[in-house]
Amino acid sequence: MTTRSFGSGIRRREDPRLITGKAPYTDDIKLPGMVHAAILRSPHAHANIKSIDTSAAASQPGVVAVYTGADTDGVLAGMPCAWLIPGSDLKTPEHPAIAKDRVRYVGDAVAVVVAGTRYEAEDALEHIEVEYETLGVVINPKAAAQPGAAQLHDDVENNIAFTWAVAGGDADAAFAAADVTVSDTITLPRLIANPMEPRSAVASYMAAMGELTLWSTSQNPHIARFLTSVVTGVPEHKIRVIAPEVGGGFGSKIPYYPDEAITAFCAMKLGVPVKWTETRSENYLATTQGRDHVEEVEMAATSDGTITGLRTTVYAGMGAYLSTAAPGVPTILHGLMYSGAYNIPNISGTIYGVFNNGTPVDAYRGAGRPEATTLIERLVDLTAAALDMDPAEFRRKNLIPKFENGHDVATGIIYDSGDYELTLNTCLANADYEGLRAAQAAARAEGRLVGIGMATWVEICGLGPSQVAGAVGFQGGLWESAIVRFHPTGKVNVMVGSSPHGQGEETTFAQIVSEELGVPVEDVEIIHGDTDNTPMGWGTYGSRTTVVSGGAIAFASRKIKEKSKELAAHLLEAAVEDIEYDDGRFFVRGSDDQAKTIQDIALMANVAWSMPEGMEPGLEASAFYDPPNFTYPFGTHLAVVEVNAETGHIDLQNYWAVDDCGVQINPMIVEGQVHGGVVQGVGPALWEGVVYDDNGQPLTGTMQDYALPRADLLPDINVASTTTPSPHHPLGLKGVGEAGTIAATPTVYNAVMDALRPLGVNRVDMPLTPEKVWRAINDAKNGG
Amino acid sequence: MFPSQFTYHRAASVAEAVELLNGNEGAKLLAGGHSLLPMMKLRLASPPTLVDIGQVAELKGVSADGDGVRIGALTTHAEIAGSALVQERAPVLAEAASRVGDPAVRNRGTIGGNVAHGDPQSDLPTVLTALGATINAAGQNGERGIAAADFFTGLLENALDDGEIVTSVSVPGVASGAGTAYVKFSHPASRYSVVGAAAIVSVANGVCSSASVVVGGVESTPTRAASVEAALAGSGVGADALAAAASAVSGDFQGDAMGDVYASSEYRQAMAGVYVRRALEAAVARGG
Amino acid sequence: MSVPVEITINGRVFSGEVEPRQLLVHFIRENAGLTGTKVGCDTSQCGTCTVQLDGAIAKSCTVLAVQASGSTVNTIEGLSDGVDLHPLQEAFWNKHGLQCGFCTPGMIMASEELLRNNPSPSREEIRHALEGNICRCTGYQNIVSAVEEAAGAMGGS
Repeated sequence: MTTRSFGSGIRRREDPRLITGKAPYTDDIKLPGMVHAAILRSPHAHANIKSIDTSAAASQPGVVAVYTGADTDGVLAGMPCAWLIPGSDLKTPEHPAIAKDRVRYVGDAVAVVVAGTRYEAEDALEHIEVEYETLGVVINPKAAAQPGAAQLHDDVENNIAFTWAVAGGDADAAFAAADVTVSDTITLPRLIANPMEPRSAVASYMAAMGELTLWSTSQNPHIARFLTSVVTGVPEHKIRVIAPEVGGGFGSKIPYYPDEAITAFCAMKLGVPVKWTETRSENYLATTQGRDHVEEVEMAATSDGTITGLRTTVYAGMGAYLSTAAPGVPTILHGLMYSGAYNIPNISGTIYGVFNNGTPVDAYRGAGRPEATTLIERLVDLTAAALDMDPAEFRRKNLIPKFENGHDVATGIIYDSGDYELTLNTCLANADYEGLRAAQAAARAEGRLVGIGMATWVEICGLGPSQVAGAVGFQGGLWESAIVRFHPTGKVNVMVGSSPHGQGEETTFAQIVSEELGVPVEDVEIIHGDTDNTPMGWGTYGSRTTVVSGGAIAFASRKIKEKSKELAAHLLEAAVEDIEYDDGRFFVRGSDDQAKTIQDIALMANVAWSMPEGMEPGLEASAFYDPPNFTYPFGTHLAVVEVNAETGHIDLQNYWAVDDCGVQINPMIVEGQVHGGVVQGVGPALWEGVVYDDNGQPLTGTMQDYALPRADLLPDINVASTTTPSPHHPLGLKGVGEAGTIAATPTVYNAVMDALRPLGVNRVDMPLTPEKVWRAINDAKNGG
Repeated sequence: MFPSQFTYHRAASVAEAVELLNGNEGAKLLAGGHSLLPMMKLRLASPPTLVDIGQVAELKGVSADGDGVRIGALTTHAEIAGSALVQERAPVLAEAASRVGDPAVRNRGTIGGNVAHGDPQSDLPTVLTALGATINAAGQNGERGIAAADFFTGLLENALDDGEIVTSVSVPGVASGAGTAYVKFSHPASRYSVVGAAAIVSVANGVCSSASVVVGGVESTPTRAASVEAALAGSGVGADALAAAASAVSGDFQGDAMGDVYASSEYRQAMAGVYVRRALEAAVARGG
Repeated sequence: MSVPVEITINGRVFSGEVEPRQLLVHFIRENAGLTGTKVGCDTSQCGTCTVQLDGAIAKSCTVLAVQASGSTVNTIEGLSDGVDLHPLQEAFWNKHGLQCGFCTPGMIMASEELLRNNPSPSREEIRHALEGNICRCTGYQNIVSAVEEAAGAMGGS
């Protein structure tokens, strides 16, 4: 029997409970005596609160309590921002969990009702009387940064929360010397993450013990505990945070939200368990959103097709307050990636983080990198066009050549390993690029608008070295830890501090242990999501979990192997130097018929009848893995679209992805991540985007208006991969969670622009809805 | 997600439903619930009383009615789409019903609820107007039929009197040999029609002998494309002729074209020309 | 204010007095304690609440419990005993047709109806049949493959 499953697409261990409907999510939790909270949200994007009268609401049937911001004075601290970018003149205006005298976006919490049922709580909300005095509103991030714009926070001039610069080489000189320069303004729309599970929290407080338990739809329960302690004042060791089954997050369940603090506050005040679950419409107001960039960008090149410089000015909307990780997204995770997959020696970027009267913006799948990749890949296409070069050939000429152990780019970071041209060549071959171009030429001759778009991308993930995290202002570490514990019967529990929620790590982590120690994969159970029975960890986001937790699991497993060798030597009465290991068996070199299996060792270590001198009983190891560098997955994607000139409809006809995420533990899961990531990246290119009116009222406030990718609107995606191990990771892993999302937006955008190129159209704001495309076509035809 | 309180009555007959509707101020009818409940969940509607007619047997079913069909108000979109009788006598209605919402919505949403709600971006009002259907209603003063063309009177408004309920829809059979089509520009999120076009075209000796063309989604009620019909009368049915006729639809809008964040009124009107042409092409291709 | 309701869910009769405004999905989750059926939106778009009501799929967030009184409801928990899986459950597992699992019960219930009506659907037909069920994780591709595989296992081709 072989126990090896590492590298094979075995079925997921977590699926049986999910396909049978038996997995408990937060909203499925029911505690004795539990009551329900509903939150009154501001209907105005910006207003002073003149008065709040809750008396009528308090006397409604079933109502247990009504609280306003004033009730939280001295009890709840403000909502913390946990990424304080150094050298950026960062402003962190107060963000109360419940607004006190001013609301700054539609959805800002104003009061909370607790009642016997959610229906009763909702009824009572309608009886809260709030008198507002409306104030000026600003939505567009660039407009918000101009003098004279409505001011959100009195002490934040021009709404500029921070200004951050990235520079390498001498960009101005490069532009002055360039043969060709191109420029563009790119708008990355505000996006709603839309995990299918809305956020939810259940809080229970035992006053006699001073203990708070919080069930939460969190991607990072240990951070949630840390910040719950900061906000509620309950000591960290008296708080237990449980993230049960979590139905997707995509970044929107990273932040610590007012709603969780409010739910905990209510439970502490009332002494009974309290549940709060957002409705989808509430999610569209109160859950952090993504992107919201206005990017003014330009590229310089020489006439032989060499990129020489990149300059950007980016206005990144932050929404009304700085959410937990918000400042890091358009800076560290964005500007540092301006070299992309290319040698760009001269780079200069200025990023303004700008308050605007919208829902707070924070990490959303890709977080900063789709915004960077889109601007780079768009400029690459424009530059190739200006030079009359084929975009694939232009990319090939400028790609960083293959490297195996470190490559410095102008922004100051060091890519780990890459073979970018291999993914480009593989993708072009898989798609029959020459054939596609020939077919496109034929279609164009018939007047049809067929476009081919591509993106050659690289991202920063596997976050990351904690020392670097500290240096860039992240108010935490970025290591992970794992405990690998063998039971007497040889079965294994692994406790991790990260908190997967759909990514399949209960399977891939088990595959790691199986590979390292030769136990059957089904003998390994992964425990995560509960701060009471898992070691500290910083959470699941940024394509980091398999990489960083996986590293910790590998090192803990290796500690077990070392101890097992010593114990085997003792039991076999041999010297440890003579013990060999193969696939879960320890034996004296040359006599492997006398082997001790890892299960034998687990039993003997647990009963401890005969241990070597000085060896502790038990077979358990803990390891902390702090990565020495980030990881840099990469790839090339290519799409074919046809645009209907009459209606502006875009038909996404075919899509190829070639990704390199380093070593793959489970290729089936990798492929699933790429499928889902690509579709989430196609979303903003074609359909998705929050729209506010001039008063800051969202016009895309429900799933009837905000268009999500649906099964019938998409083709199958052709997925392939290459394998370039990360040189610094114990297993060679790089991470894959965000790859598709980062690549797909520019790929599809470039394809549509390629289709429209014969008409002279070079730019249409995303999402590329039929009307916008139709207008661009008509404007071009009319000489616009 | 959490509707307000209301009083609930389940009616056993049309007569009882009419009585309950008239006896309770502000009462609303509940059939499949797929128009009303979403509004109640968002608390955009909070009727004090609901009269559930979901179990009224006399409102169910599709039957032959002369050369046409009579469709009970409680008949679901899925039942209409799957009805052999509808497919044979008014195929364009079956086609439109098969494009409403999604499969689960089609299983629950009813023709009566759909027409009574009168959403201009819904599919059936457009097709029923093109077919010259009659909406049959019952009230305190008895029963009456209202031509579809007169039934839809404004945005979410109809010609029903207070306390009157839709009991069935009578759809005349499409003339033998006529071709029909319903084509739809579907909203990617709501699945409603941004623009929907229904065409019923008869051709004799290569010339259009009659045409009924109606556009939905552009104005607050279905728009009869009288200019298109006039252009088609006696016209050939080649591609150029159909395109020319379709382009006349711009003259049929009365200036109250709707627009929203997804599609402006200008765009909807422009798309009406495209979708009318597609409907004409498909109808002509299917005729004969 | 309350009205009597009696609904047979997965073969078991659940009866009680409920407010008329109570949605079927809340009856299934709260009164019957069957939490496999989820609430994902409030506008009948997402399909996570999809159940079979008298044999036809319905979005149980857009049906009042009292409307369903006297009816038969099947939910994901009724599809198998959890050990001997339904071919669709098996295929979703085999083909990695789920990630976070939140849309999965609704997806499977919608797919079950599709395969009853059309035992051998094309990939295109599967995509259309699932247009009312949103998945944010998988990009749908492996869901389509899972339904295809289940069709084969159930005797379609």
